[in-house]
Amino acid sequence: MVQLSLPKNSEIKKGKYFKDKTGSKNLRKVNIYRWDPSTDEGPRIDTYEVDMNNCPSKVLDILNKIKNEIDSTITYRRSCAHGVCGSCAMNMGGKNGLACTTPHAEIEGDIDIYPLPHLKVKKDLIGDLDGLYKQYQSIEPWLKNNSTKETTEIYQSKEDRAKLDGAYECIMCACCSTSCPSYWWNGDKYLGPAVLLQAYRWIIDSRDEERKARLKKVADELKLYRCHTILNCTNACPKGLNPAKAIAEIKKMLATANV
Amino acid sequence: MKAYNIIDHEYDVVVLGAGGSGLRAAVGLSEAGLKTACISKVFPTRSHTSAAQGGISAALGNMGEDDWRWHMYDTVKGADWLGDQDSIEYLCKEAPKAVLELEKYGVPFSRTEEGKIYQRPFGGMTKNYGNGIVQRTCAAADRTGHAILHTLYGQALKHNTEFFIEYFALDLLMKDGECKGLIAWNLNDGTIHRFRAHTVIIATGGYGKVYYSATSAHTCTGDGNAMVLRAGLPLQDMEFVQFHPTGIYGHGTLISEGVRGEGGYLVNSKGERFMERYAPNAKDLASRDVVSRSMSIEINEGRGVGKDQDHVHLHLSHLDKSVIENRLPGITEAARLFANVDVTKDPIPVVPTVHYNMGGIPTNYKAEVLTMNGSEKTVPGLMAIGEAACVSVHGANRLGSNSLIDLVVFGRAAAKRAAELVKPGTPHEEIPETETQKCLDRFDKLRSAKGDNSTAELRLSMQKTMQSKCAVFRTEKNLKQGVDEIGKTYDGMDSISVKDKSLVFNTDLVETLEFDNLIRQAVATVDSAYHRKESRGAHAREDYPKRDDEKFMQHTLAWCDGKDTKISYRPVHQSTLTNEVQYFPPQERVY
Repeated sequence: MVQLSLPKNSEIKKGKYFKDKTGSKNLRKVNIYRWDPSTDEGPRIDTYEVDMNNCPSKVLDILNKIKNEIDSTITYRRSCAHGVCGSCAMNMGGKNGLACTTPHAEIEGDIDIYPLPHLKVKKDLIGDLDGLYKQYQSIEPWLKNNSTKETTEIYQSKEDRAKLDGAYECIMCACCSTSCPSYWWNGDKYLGPAVLLQAYRWIIDSRDEERKARLKKVADELKLYRCHTILNCTNACPKGLNPAKAIAEIKKMLATANV
Repeated sequence: MKAYNIIDHEYDVVVLGAGGSGLRAAVGLSEAGLKTACISKVFPTRSHTSAAQGGISAALGNMGEDDWRWHMYDTVKGADWLGDQDSIEYLCKEAPKAVLELEKYGVPFSRTEEGKIYQRPFGGMTKNYGNGIVQRTCAAADRTGHAILHTLYGQALKHNTEFFIEYFALDLLMKDGECKGLIAWNLNDGTIHRFRAHTVIIATGGYGKVYYSATSAHTCTGDGNAMVLRAGLPLQDMEFVQFHPTGIYGHGTLISEGVRGEGGYLVNSKGERFMERYAPNAKDLASRDVVSRSMSIEINEGRGVGKDQDHVHLHLSHLDKSVIENRLPGITEAARLFANVDVTKDPIPVVPTVHYNMGGIPTNYKAEVLTMNGSEKTVPGLMAIGEAACVSVHGANRLGSNSLIDLVVFGRAAAKRAAELVKPGTPHEEIPETETQKCLDRFDKLRSAKGDNSTAELRLSMQKTMQSKCAVFRTEKNLKQGVDEIGKTYDGMDSISVKDKSLVFNTDLVETLEFDNLIRQAVATVDSAYHRKESRGAHAREDYPKRDDEKFMQHTLAWCDGKDTKISYRPVHQSTLTNEVQYFPPQERVY
């Protein structure tokens, strides 16, 4: 039987309201998804009034301000704070992005902060990326080249190196994959844009000797062809990369190459 | 105390930390057939190695003649003669091999016309023992750390390294002065794990977060350093904190030295390229301590830019568009995001910003941890690598691009040494339960803390003190105040408060444990600085402006029992490892 009613824990209740205590006239309301697995309670949205006069420009600054000054129990990942580590990926004002590079001024009205969509939630804003990491491992992200000479490098022309631009910069924040409807439905089988971009990065590395085998490995109805060129991925990438194009390139290679 | 269930593990070697050095060690250990666990509080590619921009030094000679001995001389001089020259020899001699190995792992280095690894000029890197600039810093655009970290993670996957990710390490397990393993808390499900190991390799990085303004990530809290202090072992040369000349004003984001390597330069409010006055030869590519001090002097003497005249400008708009596009794309993005600057048109506002800890866990060139017990002794079962370690190759000041090479050379060395010392599958000794108890007592005490001081307030107070009392220029008076204020902040821990009492992803407690780690290192840093009455490298004392080789050509060792410190010294190694190079005796350091 198809289950028609939603599971109980998918109902999000209204949570606590943290009123401003600073007396500031420049307040913004910030609504944050909260869920603590250690309690029996379902998820809720807590609302915080935040004094914007003393808050730097990014969404991460708001979260840090809340954690430091209002409610130390809110939970989120963060590390480098300048867009290179990929820890603080979340959904802000309905869009995926990195909290450390997303200006809060770009969000109109109340600021809604949720975990990345369609991931199992571990706590509050922390999503479970274990599945994505396993998929990453499955594309064997290492150079396959039998050169054993220790004293020389493998030469690569500037042109061949340039092919890696737009692919090697990926920080695996998962903003793209978790914005992709195909990945929402088939995330267990479809590799999704983040991992396919990485697959592409190794396929086109001129130093790699296993190009054909790599192509063959992703040439699968579910792993690759679940991409329906919706392009949410490219829209979501906080690093300005274009995973959709990389996927298209893989498809093109498969269509033209004798694999 | 609540009862904690403990899950036991046995490994030949445990690597703590999964940044550049931890991953390189893990790869080597797996290759050697040792059963290896790699534990990290963040997913490996989130480690702070990812933020390294400019490059990795090695005398490959791809862009003109080079020699590892020249690299060694530059490193010795950059270190202001506080580095151990046997270790520096090892670093510079092994560097080319280590970079070629990274290339074979798949690091997407930028390329020369001939298809070789591209190398750029960097601060303090010279040819022929200080005569002219050399291009020695191998780069993957300005994302070299990111490229290396992701590649090393791939290699670790290739070698089936066992990872324990989002595990927060609590303490080392010691028995009769030997390390036997460690205890960690699994954030994912709240369980406590005890790892027995014949060797523990600490690769937990730096502790930049003791300062208010740092290029460091939030996670750079030197957890391994603090674990070593709690195990009753010393930290070394903690007073040497590197201020990077070009952190973005107001935000602290790093702008690579590679910008100056590619031809960018610093300008004061009068429009002067002031570095020409301070370092007539190297100019903007003098070593970092020199550039940071020069900037501070310009600002202090009223020639800073901006409303408060409290920073300077980094110009690069004169550079060829293709250079900016191809070699500096990352900093172009950072300048836009965090300074609202289009680098092709306007200068970047920059200010010296805490960036790197030369100090850390004392080791020899084989990565074995050292302590002093009458004379220099190794601590069986314990190794340290990367920024957490003080080998000491960087001495009183690290040269740019020498940190990435440090990670891979000593990560590799640690794996080699562990493979010599540990026979796979050797049975484990029992560890007394008191060690576990002691660790869990501290954990539980902080978890159930119900005082009035929030962790964030105490952390802020520590950071502000360090920023004002232990900065680029230091004085006896300032440092004494620093020692007292940090002591008071330490006492504030007695009534700290942790609101979240849960065990799954309790980041309130994580930040409190991290603060407990940070404050101990703040104590060690400010006290070590107070006791070093000379100026050397990054430690600039206004009241003792000269280097004093007679008294202080020595490494500081600091033991901390809470906020009580014991300071002692150990001589700098004044010999090389082999006859292939001679010891470089101290000279006056001018650039």
